[in-house]
Amino acid sequence: MSPDLLKFIFGRLGIDSLPFHEPILVGTFVMVALGGITLLAGLTYFRLWGYLWREWFTTVDHKRIGIMYMILGIVMLLRGFADALMMRAQQALAFNGSEGFLPAHHYDQVFTAHGVIMIFFVAMPLVTGLMNYVVPLQIGARDVSFPFLNNFSFWMTVGGAVLVMASLFIGEFARTGWLAYPPLSNIGYSPDVGVDYYIWALQVAGVGTTLSGINLICTIVKLRCPGMTMMRMPVFTWTSLCTNILIVASFPVLTVVLALLSLDRYVGTNFFTNDFGGSPMMYVNLIWIWGHPEVYILVLPAFGIFSEVTSTFSGKRLFGYTSMVYATVVITILSYLVWLHHFFTMGSGASVNSFFGITTMIISIPTGAKMFNWLFTMYRGRIRYELPMLWTIAFMLTFVIGGMTGVLLAVPPADFVLHNSLFLIAHFHNVIIGGVVFGAFAGINYWFPKAFGFRLDPFWGKMSFWFWVTGFYMAFMPLYVLGLMGVTRRLRVFDDPSLQIWFVIAAIGAGLVFLGILSMLMQFAVSFLKREQLKDVTGDPWNARTLEWATSSPPPDYNFAFTPVVHDNDAWWDMKKRGYQRPLMGFKSIHMPSSTGTGIILAGFATAMGFGLIWYMWWLAALSFIALLVVGIGHTFNYHRDFDIPADDVIRTEDARTKLLAGAK
Amino acid sequence: MTVAVNPTQAGEPVFYLADEHPHPEGYSTSLGFWIYLMSDCLIFAMLFAAFGVLGANYAAGPSPKDLFDLNLVAVNTSMLLLSSITYGFAMLTMQQNKVGQTQMWLLITGMFGAAFIGIELTEFAHMIHEGATPQRSAFLSAFFTLVGTHGLHVSCGLIWLVTLMVQVWRFGLIEANRRRLMCLSMFWHFLDVVWIGVFTFVYLLGVLR
Repeated sequence: MSPDLLKFIFGRLGIDSLPFHEPILVGTFVMVALGGITLLAGLTYFRLWGYLWREWFTTVDHKRIGIMYMILGIVMLLRGFADALMMRAQQALAFNGSEGFLPAHHYDQVFTAHGVIMIFFVAMPLVTGLMNYVVPLQIGARDVSFPFLNNFSFWMTVGGAVLVMASLFIGEFARTGWLAYPPLSNIGYSPDVGVDYYIWALQVAGVGTTLSGINLICTIVKLRCPGMTMMRMPVFTWTSLCTNILIVASFPVLTVVLALLSLDRYVGTNFFTNDFGGSPMMYVNLIWIWGHPEVYILVLPAFGIFSEVTSTFSGKRLFGYTSMVYATVVITILSYLVWLHHFFTMGSGASVNSFFGITTMIISIPTGAKMFNWLFTMYRGRIRYELPMLWTIAFMLTFVIGGMTGVLLAVPPADFVLHNSLFLIAHFHNVIIGGVVFGAFAGINYWFPKAFGFRLDPFWGKMSFWFWVTGFYMAFMPLYVLGLMGVTRRLRVFDDPSLQIWFVIAAIGAGLVFLGILSMLMQFAVSFLKREQLKDVTGDPWNARTLEWATSSPPPDYNFAFTPVVHDNDAWWDMKKRGYQRPLMGFKSIHMPSSTGTGIILAGFATAMGFGLIWYMWWLAALSFIALLVVGIGHTFNYHRDFDIPADDVIRTEDARTKLLAGAK
Repeated sequence: MTVAVNPTQAGEPVFYLADEHPHPEGYSTSLGFWIYLMSDCLIFAMLFAAFGVLGANYAAGPSPKDLFDLNLVAVNTSMLLLSSITYGFAMLTMQQNKVGQTQMWLLITGMFGAAFIGIELTEFAHMIHEGATPQRSAFLSAFFTLVGTHGLHVSCGLIWLVTLMVQVWRFGLIEANRRRLMCLSMFWHFLDVVWIGVFTFVYLLGVLR
């Protein structure tokens, strides 16, 4: 074949794009390939493809989509954490003239991929998954407002994750740090595909995130059951509402800033260049106008989880519900007024820096109010130290430390010293792990029995808990020390041997966290094996307070046979207290949305288009784009998207539950 | 949302609806579409902001005074404004259930929209021919991106319009199609509003600068 034709077909992709010269990557690839082949062969052998396609991939059921988000988040956590382990090992080894084991161009990809994956493909799917699963149940709805869109959003998120994973073995990932600041990320300094992988992975996933934000706002605003006024919504639903408002009001900013960066890279415009009037600092401003709300997008739902858990396991109504709601709303608004604190050193002057320093410190007020609300909820409560509660307590202790170092960093003169140091790294891991990750784990342990009908094993759960918590402190407290000593982030080798001990301690901490993750996987496996012992037949294993516990575990496709009517906060608690009798007859057919494969097909084309654009395979990009349009428009010609679950099926499902409940007594 | 059953009136509290009706199809659509429009509005807000920051960075290249032909832009603006009026007529005739007239007004709207895109492309071609390319300066990068993104939206609107005309032709003015026409209507007027911003801040203020 002529070189021209090859270039047309493969763009910049060639044999040398495959990382044969990197033993670590080849080893990883062999393992992933073996694992993948085993998985695919297993699915084929057990004839599971049809089942997966019909019941999971094409489903529009918010519960299954929620579970798939959680699986995506956990799988990507393994990848993102492998990067973390490699960085910790590299930094612990690269002393006294040693170069460590990661060459510079690989190490730079590792720290970039770690940040991108942990935020976009671990934290976001975990948070979105929990919201997707829980919110419709908490508000007594049958599904979300736009079920098809929900499926499409999920697969777009997967598409982004696929692109990031592809960069591991086909070409390379960005070497720019997780926010890809220009001019480094511009075409002159990053001519390879790394930044393009970054851009298109985030753009594809970003579409999904924005649409799912719109979807959940509509769901919460329009589909609440009768009697559930805004001020009777569970706090998790409130925080989800605020988070999704933040998503819709911030992800378009990310879309634009990445689009402008791609114009610079592909077309040669001058938005963020150093010459022809471009302004690299505009990129930094714009991306943090998205980036700061993003951290609240992640942590607000975690706050919601802690609120549910604290009141359930203290056996008390949440202290200060109203102040909790207002604190959430205030944080939502303030999160737009602080972005500049990420770059006080830009040189915007004392008055601008003071403004953003003060707004940043003000955020600690509503956050502190929340902390006191949780403490007062526990005060004189009958606390049960189940796993969700353990994670919540670990959060309260850890997050306060992270919050205090945050307020310290909010002081501009202090920030000039600590900017881009390991102190900063310790701070944001302190709040993201202590807040978001612990929150997600509390949520997983809390709602798992609802989703699968059996509780998670407490022994392995506690192992995971203690490894994570001790590992976290060992891994990040040394970074505070190093940061105060002036060590900056993203360094690959070190000259000063006296620093090594701190990096070794941090590496041991990361090892403990690794054991925590393994224990969690073990917990899932053991719980599955012991599922009969851990079974939840009541649908309310924790004696909880909100509506999701009013239905069976796992809930039927239609969630509630009859739409609940709410009279009070903590609706389910109120129902239990006032002697609610579960209806045993009078069931009717229920109108539900039908499954569709369009979502996964569209997302597949979008991912292919991204891949074509990354590698300059213009034909692939153009064809996929046309296919997207044709399939997307074709989908709108289908006007029949619902069906009725016959009353007989509802009766059968509800009778089965009646028998179960009778057996439990 | 009102409480369906007040426990004090009924004596026994009611905890579920024994007789309920599912939400009508498209129950959340207009709210959802509004929220989508606001997210799109934010995209334009960012592009306006970028233009605001970079709009005077000519890099010793051409400035708005050298490039903009206000007469042409005025004609173009009138195309878009007229298309909004004709879309309004399409909605009025839709309310009266007149399929043929609705289709006619939609067609006229589409023609105005196409004329707008045509004039815009001519303007772009002219500028590029004179060497005022998007690569020439940050001002031109921001200009082409802001105006081009608006033009891209109008083009998407045109594809959508044609799709809806086919659907109205095949299935009539059924409930689902009315809802879709309503969404496109909001989209179309939204683009009009954005264009007013472009006309004012990019063209008029640009020439004044």
